[in-house]
Amino acid sequence: MTTVQDRSAMPQEREPNPALGSPERPIGFGRIQRKEDPRFIRGKGRYLDDVVLPGMLHGAILRSPLAHARIVSIDTTEALAHPKVHAVITGKDLEGLNLAWAPTLSADVQAVLATDKVRFQGQEVAFVVAEDRYSARDALELIDVEYEDLPPVIDARRALDPGTPVIRDDKEGQTDNHIFDWEAGDKAETDAVFARADVVVSQEVVYPRVHPAPMETCGAVADYDPVDGKLTLYETTQAPHAHRTLYAMVAGIPEHKIRILAGDIGGGFGNKVGIYPGYICAVVGSIVTGKPVKWVEDRSENLMSTSFARDYIMKGEVAATKDGTILAVRTHVLADHGAFNATAQPTKFPAGFFSIFTGSYDLEAAYCSVTGVYTNKAPGGVAYACSFRVTEAVYLVERMVDVLAQKLQMDPAELRLKNFIRPEQFPYKNKTGWEYDSGDYAPALRMCMEQIGYADLRREQEEKRARGELMGIGVSFFTETVGAGPRKHMDIVGLGMADGAEVRVHPTGKAVVRLSVQTQGQGHETTFAQIVGEELGIPTEDIQVVQGDTDQTPFGLGTYGSRSTPVSGAAVALAARKVREKAKAIAAAMLETRPEDLEWEKGRFFVTGDPTAAKTIQEVALGAHGTVALPEGIDGNLDAEVTYDPPNLTFPFGAYICVVDVDAGTGKVKVRRFVAVDDCGTRINPMIVEGQIHGGLADGVGMALMEFIGFDEQGNCLGGSFMDYLIPTAMEVPDWETGYTVTPSPHHPIGAKGIGESATVGSPPAVVNAVVDALAPFGVTHMDMPCTPARVWEAMQGRATPPI
Amino acid sequence: MQVTMTVNGSEVTRDVEPRLLLVHFLRETLGLTGTHWGCDTSNCGTCVVLVDGEPVKSCTALAAMTAGHEVRTVEGLADGATLDPVQQGFMEEHGLQCGFCTPGMMLTARALLDRDPDPGEDVIREAISGQICRCTGYATIVRSIRWAADHPADRDAAAATTDQEVPA
Repeated sequence: MTTVQDRSAMPQEREPNPALGSPERPIGFGRIQRKEDPRFIRGKGRYLDDVVLPGMLHGAILRSPLAHARIVSIDTTEALAHPKVHAVITGKDLEGLNLAWAPTLSADVQAVLATDKVRFQGQEVAFVVAEDRYSARDALELIDVEYEDLPPVIDARRALDPGTPVIRDDKEGQTDNHIFDWEAGDKAETDAVFARADVVVSQEVVYPRVHPAPMETCGAVADYDPVDGKLTLYETTQAPHAHRTLYAMVAGIPEHKIRILAGDIGGGFGNKVGIYPGYICAVVGSIVTGKPVKWVEDRSENLMSTSFARDYIMKGEVAATKDGTILAVRTHVLADHGAFNATAQPTKFPAGFFSIFTGSYDLEAAYCSVTGVYTNKAPGGVAYACSFRVTEAVYLVERMVDVLAQKLQMDPAELRLKNFIRPEQFPYKNKTGWEYDSGDYAPALRMCMEQIGYADLRREQEEKRARGELMGIGVSFFTETVGAGPRKHMDIVGLGMADGAEVRVHPTGKAVVRLSVQTQGQGHETTFAQIVGEELGIPTEDIQVVQGDTDQTPFGLGTYGSRSTPVSGAAVALAARKVREKAKAIAAAMLETRPEDLEWEKGRFFVTGDPTAAKTIQEVALGAHGTVALPEGIDGNLDAEVTYDPPNLTFPFGAYICVVDVDAGTGKVKVRRFVAVDDCGTRINPMIVEGQIHGGLADGVGMALMEFIGFDEQGNCLGGSFMDYLIPTAMEVPDWETGYTVTPSPHHPIGAKGIGESATVGSPPAVVNAVVDALAPFGVTHMDMPCTPARVWEAMQGRATPPI
Repeated sequence: MQVTMTVNGSEVTRDVEPRLLLVHFLRETLGLTGTHWGCDTSNCGTCVVLVDGEPVKSCTALAAMTAGHEVRTVEGLADGATLDPVQQGFMEEHGLQCGFCTPGMMLTARALLDRDPDPGEDVIREAISGQICRCTGYATIVRSIRWAADHPADRDAAAATTDQEVPA
C-alpha cells in the first residue's frame, strides 16, 4: 500500500549553502591561493623604488667611514657646483629646521645628519639631491669632510669601564655609556632557590648581532606640496600610522596634512618599523627643492646603518634537582644598543619581552636583569622577527636546558617533557608576571619526536659516534608572547598598542576591509579577507583588503611582533560580527519577524523552524542600502569599525628537532633534517601558516650557522655586504618537515595566536643544540653562533670562543 | 651612446650613459619595474633576467653589454593572458610571499626547465642557489618549479583559472 507522506512534517529540502564554499575553495578559513599573487607573478607589484613621480629627484647619503670621530669641517662647494645637483643638506642645515636630531622609539634621540661627531661607521653625514641616482652618487664623492679620530668603543663588555670615551656627550648629564638597567622576577627568592639546589649550571650565551636584511632595502619618496602644505610620503614601513603621528610630532607638519603610503613591501622582518634618517632627509629634500625626492638605500647602507638585531651577551644559570626537576633560572644580560638607543619596543619594556626567558617550564623562581650600553655601532636592537626579544629569551633558556641535560646525562627531550607547564595549569602565571593564555606542550614535542623518529636517530647517532662520525640531534621548545598590547601596559612613544579595522559591505554584497596593519609578504590581503569570509560567509574574492594608506585606513600601531592576526585580526573579526548583528536586525525587518527569531548559518539568516524563509548577507546588504523600512536605531548601511585592545598577549608554542651532520675534517655543518611542530591556535590559511614557518626556519638556520654582523677593533663593520653577511640559499637548508597541534587562544575572538615569528624564535636553539650535541665527543658543552666551519673546527680543538 | 636590443620580443633603441646598468635600463629607461634590485654584489639575484635564454644578474651587467642580445624579463614570461607554468606553479605551491625575489626566481626556473624539463630537487636547488629568498625558506619555491615541470601543458587551464579568480 502506498501512503502519501505529509511533506510538511519532513525536513525541508534545502539548496546547498553556497556560502560554505567547497573543499577546493573554502569560504572563510582554509587553504586558498593568495589574492596578492597574480600581480606579483606578473612583475606588477608596486614597491617603493617603483614609484616614479613627475619631476622626481634622487637623494643619496654621504656616510661616515669612521666609527667615532669629531667632525671638523664639511665642504660641500664642489658637490653643489655639480650641474645635476639641486641641493646638498648637512646637519648644520637641519639644525636651522630643528631636525638635526630626531626622537627614537626608545625615548632617546638620534642624529639625522651628524653635526658634532660621528658615532658609528655608516652614520649619515650629508644628503645630496640630484637629477638622477647616478649623479647623486657622483656628488657624494665631491663632498669633503674633515674628521678628527676619536677612540671607538666596540666591545660592549668594556663600555662601562672607567675612562672609556663617552659616546653620547651630546646628552646633558651623560658621563658614561650606560643606557638603562632593568629587571624582572624576584631576586631574593631566586637566589634562595639556587642556594638549596642540588645542581646549578651556568654558561655565558651570546646572541650575536645579525640583520633582518629583507630583499627590498629601505627607502622613501617624499612629495611635499608647498601650496596646501601636504606631505605625501611613500615609505617602506611596517607601521604607517605610527609613522604619520611621529612625523607630525617631529617635523611640525599637521597630522591631517600627512599621508603615508606603504605600497608593496619587499620583506620587513622588523627592519621597516623605525623611521630612518634617510626618510627624514627625503622629506627635507622635497621641502627644500619643491620637488618629489626619492631615496633608496643600497645593500651596504641597509646592513651597516639600519636596525640590526640581537647583540645580547647573556650569563645564564639554571638550578635543578639531581633528578632533573628545573627549579629556577637566573640571568644577567649585557645589551649592546649601538650609538643611539633606537630600539622599537613598548615603553615600559626596555629589554622587550625578554623576561619570558622562563620558557615553557613550571619553575619555582626566576630573575633577570638587563643592562643596556652604548657602543660605536649602528643603532637598532629589535628587528628580525624577534617578537620583542623573545628570540633571545628562548635561545637562552633552550640552550641552558641542554647544558643542564648534558650535565645530568639526561636526554634533552625527556628533560623538557619532565618540566613542562602542564595543560591543567593554564592560564599559567609565570614568575616574571606573564599570564600564558593556553598551552598543551607535551603532545607537540611527542609529535615532533615521532615525526622525526627520535629514538631511531639516537641509535644511529650512537653507531656513528662509535665510528668517529659527527651527528647531532637538537631539540628546542619555545613559548612566545606576541600580539601586544594591552594598551594600558604597552605603548610605543605614548601610542597605545591597539589596532583598528573597518568592514563595509557594499550594496551588492561585496565588501571592503580596511586595516591599520601592513603586510610585508605575510598575505594580509588573503588572510583578512578570509576572516571576514568566515564571519559573514562572503566569498574571499568578493572582499577587498585595504592597507598601507593612512588616508584610507583606521589608526593602529602596525605589523611587527607577530601582532597582525592577534590584534588586527581580532579587530576585523569583531567588526565583521558587528556587521552581522546589524544585518540580523535588517534581515528581521525584511522577513517581517523579530531578530530573536532568526538563526545565522554561514552567509544567511533564516527563521527558526523555517529555513526557506531566509535572507543571504548579500540580500541584506542590498536591503540595508535600499528602501527596506529599517528598524529603530539602525541606519542605512552595513558598516562597522572596531579598535581592538587585546586583553592579554597570545602565547604560540612549538617543538622543533634538527638533525645535523658535521664534517670532522672541515667543521662544516649540514642540516640534514628539520621537523617543526607549531601551535598557533586557529589556523586561518594553513598554506600561509606553513609558509611563515618555513621562512622563519631558514632564518634560524642562517643565524645559527652563517649570519653575523661583526666589527673590527676600529669599528669597521665586517658584515656590510652580502659578500660578508651570509644568508642561506636553497643549498644550505633542508626540505622542511612540519606538523601542528591546535590550542586556541581563549581570549582571542577567533582563537588565533599569530605565527609570523615562531620559527625565527624557535629554530636557532634547535640548530645550535644539534651542533653542540654533534661535538659532545670533543667535550664541547657550548658554542656560540654563528657555527661557521672555522668556529666549529676551533670548538673541536677545545677553543670555542664567543664571536664578540 | 645608443644601444639596441630585443626586450620581451620587441626591439628597443635608446640613448644611454655607457655606465648604465642593465637593471636600471630595464627599470627606469623602459619602465619594466618587475625586475628588482637587491644588492650591489651579484649575491641576491632579485635582478635576474634572461639574456639569450640564460639567467644574468642585471645589476652587474651594463645595458651596453646586452646590445644586440635578447632580454627576457618577468613581464615577458606570460604569453598574453596565458601564464607560464612557472608562474602558475608559484601560485599553486606558495612559492612567494613578499614577491620581491619572485621574478628572478621564476626566470631562473624557466631557463632551467628549458634546459632540463624534469629536474630533481637537488638540480632545482642548485639552479636557484645564486638567489636569495628571505621569506619562503625555499622549499615551496622548489615545489613550485616542480609543479611547473609536472604541468608543462597546463598553460591554457592555468590562464583560465587564474584570470577568473582574481583579476590582475
